[in-house]
Amino acid sequence: MKTIEVPALARVEGEGGLYIGIQDGKAVEIRLDIYEPPRFFEGFLVDRYLQEVPDITARICGICPVAYQMSSILALESALGIQVDGQGYALRRLLYCGEYIESHALHIYLLQAPDLLGAPSALDLAAVAPDVVKNALRMKKVGNDLLKAIGGRSVHPVNACVGGWYRWPDAAPLQALLPELEWALEAARETARWSLTLPYPELEIDYEFVAIHHPQEYGLMHGEVWSSRGSKLPVQEYETRYIEEHVKHSNALHSHTKEGGHYIVGPLARLNLNHEQLMPEARKALKAARIKLPITNPYKSLIARAIELVHFYEEAIALIKAYRPAGPAHATLELKPGEGCGMSEAPRGLLYHRYKIDGNGRVQFAKITPPTAQNLPRIEEDLAALAPQLVKMEQEQATLTAEHLVRSYDPCISCATHFLKLKIENKD
Amino acid sequence: MTLTPKTAPKPKVAVYKFSSCDGCQLSLLNLEDELLDLASAVDIAYFLEATRTVKPGPYDIGIVEGSVTTPHEAERIKEVRAECKFLISLGTCATAGGIQALRNFSKASDLADRVYAHPEYLHYLDNATAISEHVPVDLEIWGCPVNKQLVLEALSALLQNRKPNLPQYPVCMECKRNGTVCVVVAQGTPCLGPVVQAGCGALCPANGRGCYGCFGPNTFGNYSSLVPTLVGLERFPGETALLLRNFSGYAPAFRKAAEAALKASSEKESRS
Repeated sequence: MKTIEVPALARVEGEGGLYIGIQDGKAVEIRLDIYEPPRFFEGFLVDRYLQEVPDITARICGICPVAYQMSSILALESALGIQVDGQGYALRRLLYCGEYIESHALHIYLLQAPDLLGAPSALDLAAVAPDVVKNALRMKKVGNDLLKAIGGRSVHPVNACVGGWYRWPDAAPLQALLPELEWALEAARETARWSLTLPYPELEIDYEFVAIHHPQEYGLMHGEVWSSRGSKLPVQEYETRYIEEHVKHSNALHSHTKEGGHYIVGPLARLNLNHEQLMPEARKALKAARIKLPITNPYKSLIARAIELVHFYEEAIALIKAYRPAGPAHATLELKPGEGCGMSEAPRGLLYHRYKIDGNGRVQFAKITPPTAQNLPRIEEDLAALAPQLVKMEQEQATLTAEHLVRSYDPCISCATHFLKLKIENKD
Repeated sequence: MTLTPKTAPKPKVAVYKFSSCDGCQLSLLNLEDELLDLASAVDIAYFLEATRTVKPGPYDIGIVEGSVTTPHEAERIKEVRAECKFLISLGTCATAGGIQALRNFSKASDLADRVYAHPEYLHYLDNATAISEHVPVDLEIWGCPVNKQLVLEALSALLQNRKPNLPQYPVCMECKRNGTVCVVVAQGTPCLGPVVQAGCGALCPANGRGCYGCFGPNTFGNYSSLVPTLVGLERFPGETALLLRNFSGYAPAFRKAAEAALKASSEKESRS
């Protein structure tokens, strides 16, 4: 019996474990164990005042706090029967641009690229290719600076609220970011070209892609839940088709469709379903790449992130140029009992929230379906599909290839509920 | 402590994650302008979010993010302490239990029943607690999230064998320095600024809202004055207690103040 063990999977957010048992070239058992401790957010949100919810849910994830703020705000606004549009909505997209930029630049260069370039980390990469790493950090920094200019800080920004914004951010610090964003846009075009040259492991999966789709804009907050299998649902009907289940080896819940199938959310799903809504430069970058859509190799989600990075720098520039705050920054809330759901696209995929509130604005019920809970069963299935290749590899390479697959999903394990222990056992 | 005699090898640094959101570790990776210099000044020996390379301990500096919430973590923190010469609690989860400690105000098993279909699959402690409740800690850096510049200051100070220069005054001082008009006085907005440690730059008042206490209690807090003032401003009964029972809610000073606020709030209700 052959066993491969690494103490912990690195360069992911949070802690979990992986067990693969292989017999006759086939995976007989695959488990992605989530050791990340349960944190009970949906429990202690009960009885909190609605305006506290976005601040609390932000703490689910330090890498994508904006996603948690936005999905909860949209759900609570829906419960109150209000909708923020115009400049208030455009500013939400701009805040989200900042999060995509820092999260994608982090993932492409610091988390996934080391796998493709044969380095244990970006810090090691810096020793051999210092300019690549310096540029990556500069690309990431402008995202964090954008978050700071709008929300005061990049991790858990403080300006977004139910009903709009606590305060319109000053225009000057935003405009001051334009030259750096223009530089980063060019760097992202170059990243998209470079992303095509990397040695991705081979794996093609017949995925069901699920993402928010909007006819006029790259799906982020408004629109319908689209599936590549043809289902198109308004957010209110999300739970009729996408179901969460508690499985024994995991502190995270696992999702499946009502037909029982596993689906994928995140950059591949978005790009494949929404490429027509990309900004012009991002569409050009996609066209120049001459890749056939849909992309069905999970490792190549790096390419999708790179194209999205072009999009979000471009959109950020356009939104800053059009920024004209006027009138009150937030609506006056009229509290009433109600129920509402909201969704938005976190950098790692669709994030759904539903709340019930009472007439005093206190939460009575909360449900949160994070992207990683939706992707976990899919990752397990992908690992099964990878098993015949893993059997033929040297142990070290097999371990790296399996780890790389998990990392390519950009899993946010703290979100989904620590130690990703990888154990590949060859039962032959 | 002497970490860096000139001939000594670079100090070995380990970064650990306990129950948390990753945001405080991320603040290290968010030191974009300083990260490569920092990485060359120290030996990053264990930092899973950044690298697969794991060098064996003991380590000169250990940085712990997160709070202790499971029986496994309660054991693991002892191992961490044993392998680190100087231990830093990074962020309010590590210094006060953080967001996880919101469970401490309910019965954890009730919360588990509410969230999970099979609570029997879970392993957790009833209370989420600070690192210092389990092992001795050498330096605490508060914040939800930490201010990355303060983390850099703390690490630089350790490398230079000096005491870190971390703010020891209330958030109110930062508002005055920023020229921010007091949100309590001008708008009647509840704000914890007077009892909270500075460090964030008084971001919330600068955005027209009250401080919700990410950086934890300062040592100057005059609760017998603040609590009645805030209860008097409450927009709904219990608002002050909720404000105190937030990210630093399980810090002893805030726990006590929240109980006083609940009492004052219900007395106010029964009078009206």
